[in-house]
Amino acid sequence: MIDIVLLTLLLAVAIAIIRMKDLFAVVMLSGIYGLLSASFFVAMDAVDVAFTEAAVGAGISTLLMLVVITMTGRSENTTRHKPFPALLLVVITGCLLIYGTLDMPYFGSADAPVHSHVAPRYINDSMQEIGIPNIVTSILASYRAFDTFGELVVIFTAGIGVLALLSSVRRPDNGDKIVCINYSMHEQHLVVRIVTKMLLPFILLFALYVQFHGDFGPGGGFQAGVIFAAAIILYAMLFGLSTARIVINQPFIQLISATGVLLYGCVGLVSLLNGGNFFDYNFLSNDAITGQHLGIFLIEWAVGCTVASVIIIIFFNFADYRERQQSNENEHNQESP
Amino acid sequence: MLIGLFNNWIVVMLMMIGLYIVIAHGNLIKKIVGLTLFQTSVFIFYISMAKVVGGTAPILADDIIQYSNPLPHALILTAIVVAIATTALALSLVIRIKAAYGSIEEEEIQRQDNQIQADKKERKQA
Amino acid sequence: MIAHLPVLQVIVPLMAAPICLILKRAQLAWLFSLLVSSLTLLISILLLQQVMTSGVVSYELGGWQAPWGIEYRIDKLNAFLLLIISAISTIVLFAAQTSIEKEIDKNKHTLFYVLYLLSLTGMLGIVATGDAFNVFVFLEIASLSTYALIAMGEDRRALWASYQYLVMGTIGATFILIGVGLMYQMTGTLNMQDLSQRLPEVAQTRTVFTAFAFVIVGVCLKLALFPLHHWLPNAYAYAPSIVTAFFAATATKVAMYLLIRLTFSVFGLSFSFTTIPLQTLFMALGLFGIFVASTSAIYQNNIKHLFAYSSIAQIGYMIVGFSISTVTGLTATLLHVFNHALMKCAIFLALAAVVYRLGDVQLNNFHGLGRQMPLTMAAIVVGGLSLIGMPLTVGFVSKWYLLTALLEQGWWPVAVLILFAAILAVIYVWRIIEVAYFKEPLVNQAAVKEAPMLFLVPIWALTIANIYFGIDTRLSVQVAQAAAQSLFGVTP
Repeated sequence: MIDIVLLTLLLAVAIAIIRMKDLFAVVMLSGIYGLLSASFFVAMDAVDVAFTEAAVGAGISTLLMLVVITMTGRSENTTRHKPFPALLLVVITGCLLIYGTLDMPYFGSADAPVHSHVAPRYINDSMQEIGIPNIVTSILASYRAFDTFGELVVIFTAGIGVLALLSSVRRPDNGDKIVCINYSMHEQHLVVRIVTKMLLPFILLFALYVQFHGDFGPGGGFQAGVIFAAAIILYAMLFGLSTARIVINQPFIQLISATGVLLYGCVGLVSLLNGGNFFDYNFLSNDAITGQHLGIFLIEWAVGCTVASVIIIIFFNFADYRERQQSNENEHNQESP
Repeated sequence: MLIGLFNNWIVVMLMMIGLYIVIAHGNLIKKIVGLTLFQTSVFIFYISMAKVVGGTAPILADDIIQYSNPLPHALILTAIVVAIATTALALSLVIRIKAAYGSIEEEEIQRQDNQIQADKKERKQA
Repeated sequence: MIAHLPVLQVIVPLMAAPICLILKRAQLAWLFSLLVSSLTLLISILLLQQVMTSGVVSYELGGWQAPWGIEYRIDKLNAFLLLIISAISTIVLFAAQTSIEKEIDKNKHTLFYVLYLLSLTGMLGIVATGDAFNVFVFLEIASLSTYALIAMGEDRRALWASYQYLVMGTIGATFILIGVGLMYQMTGTLNMQDLSQRLPEVAQTRTVFTAFAFVIVGVCLKLALFPLHHWLPNAYAYAPSIVTAFFAATATKVAMYLLIRLTFSVFGLSFSFTTIPLQTLFMALGLFGIFVASTSAIYQNNIKHLFAYSSIAQIGYMIVGFSISTVTGLTATLLHVFNHALMKCAIFLALAAVVYRLGDVQLNNFHGLGRQMPLTMAAIVVGGLSLIGMPLTVGFVSKWYLLTALLEQGWWPVAVLILFAAILAVIYVWRIIEVAYFKEPLVNQAAVKEAPMLFLVPIWALTIANIYFGIDTRLSVQVAQAAAQSLFGVTP
């Protein structure tokens, strides 16, 4: 029953998103949409997915959109172009999908093809073959390790893409000025800053817990990476970019992101050199199960490194660009009167 | 049939709302929100298909007989990451478009591009 | 090592991308990318040899058996595509350093090579894999790097083109994801081989019909099949020239491959062409695409736009061959995939050289260029003649096979239309030739010189290949025919 309630709420939020003109509200609603769908995933037993969706849909993507809105303005133009052809197209596509649902196995039925072919092996044999309780991690990190490798490369590509679009050579001369602006701005959030300073070690600790706990419960490299990056971003938001930049500098972060991808690939290469197929962890050690454990441990680390560093790269470049724009505007304002 | 497929129908509606926003709205950020909505709804579809009534989360424990299907979960974990990667890249494009055109409304950008072409033609005729 | 060739094909450029980022220095990154790309070319040649002599090569990633793990499955069709992609990539990279020097900000050169290698990885991954979901993942690697590469163009319209492509591309990829999900729901598997065995049982269901519709529409968005082509012209025109040369020759070919793989191998010939009126639909779309795009090409003043529209028209030819659904028709399509890659890559590389010297490719700038850049212009002319389908060029070979296939089926009205369409190509190619050879050079361009060697070598390597494969068709036809036959289950 709870799933129907959640779906109805999702529908309400989606309709509200169409109608809203204020982009700030739209972005917040899309965050809520992410959170609601994460709750739905929990109701559907997909705890790992829920964890990720909560961190990404409700967290990182909302945050990034908010940063962008501060640069682009928050109101949407009232005129919609081509609403009727769009409606027609969407209705046709929707009808086709509804038509397609008519022959689907019913919701939750245990005898659907998805539950009787391929999947049973994961459920029945993964304990003997891989030796960890979380089946999703087994599939993700071993049975379909290559998909996860691809996923890591996608996120790496996004990081490089953002760098290619937004990065520029920094002008060191107005660094001081930015620091001054930051100081005046951040003086106000004294309480939040102190609380954050106290919380930060715990957030980082939690990230490590999630990193290592992925074998037994929901969690793993990706979620840990997001949490780690969130901690750094929180620090940067409250103490200013330039302070955060002292702690974490760009070339270093880029190096980490590349190392993550390389580490993941090297796990595959080592198993290949040891006489197995690419990503065959059984060949990493004399004992197959130990090999699987070692392989999964290493690739989870690789994922954590790349994800954390890419999210930091993306956020820093967004914020950097904004800072540069603002300082350009300030210079412009000083010159014009 | 109504109960068995009801979930799927709502999910289809969610997908189509997302798609509608992408096509019908001119604001570039709203389009990205629409894309996110569309993709997230597809994830919901995958995850609903994995559910087994009476099953539980696919983490092996001794006293449990029925688990939900773990494979779609693994697929969607990958897909979520792909989605956020796309969103991040799209947003950085929006930032650059705003800096280059001074606007993030599709119509305004199209107008400026057409303006340039019209200017060129005039110059040629002159 | 020979046994691991399928995975090395994709892993080598993949691992090279982060190494490139670490190398930092652009010069080094270029040499390294060139080396890596040549290595992938070598691997693809070895793979093709292996497949031609001993049949399908299957590789189980992670050592997990096929439907449970991910399988790489190389047959004649994808070995052929792998060869085309890695060869084009290597040739284009020769000219890359000189070309981006003028078009891309200096401190972004390393990032350019990283993205280039990533998009190469993505395309190779899509082609090599035998797993439907893995296709989606590598499709996104290829797409994301493509969006970023296009946005690196100098003109601000590159940003807008990239954004539009991103939106269309993501919708396409999500459609494919929905289609794969529906297929999975009805069969319980993601492996293509397994799917092709299990789909016939449920072929009559409405769900499978919907799944088919969604994957095909998604792939056609990526293919830029008329009328879903609107993202393509601007993306090609405003991307850095070298990027256009790479993508014009490879990206749509990968989508074409996916279309063939899905309809022939996964859903099966009888489902794709009997249950659904795909034949008529694609035939019509292909012909419309040829005529509408060729006519648009005539009216373009930006030469990159002109050839971008011509690319859409050429996709139309491939689709017509595909929709005939006979061995000869498919052979024509595969030959055209190869031949079109040769001619378009040469043309766009030559345009990159023109941009390098003149900074722009408006038709006005071509005044008298035939005398100032004779070798570059000659390559464009050969490419143009090939687009028209002149004998002694590759264009003729694929047209010949296409017409044979049409006449085999007795569809002579279509054959007449195809011949008539060549006239449109004559018109748009002639516009360039006229300006370049029969007009005096503009005063402010008096000092323009021939393109540097690093451009001329790859351009002429392609042009010579264009003529060579137009005369000695044994190699290309043999491979294309064998691939087509294997898809129809005919043993030669």
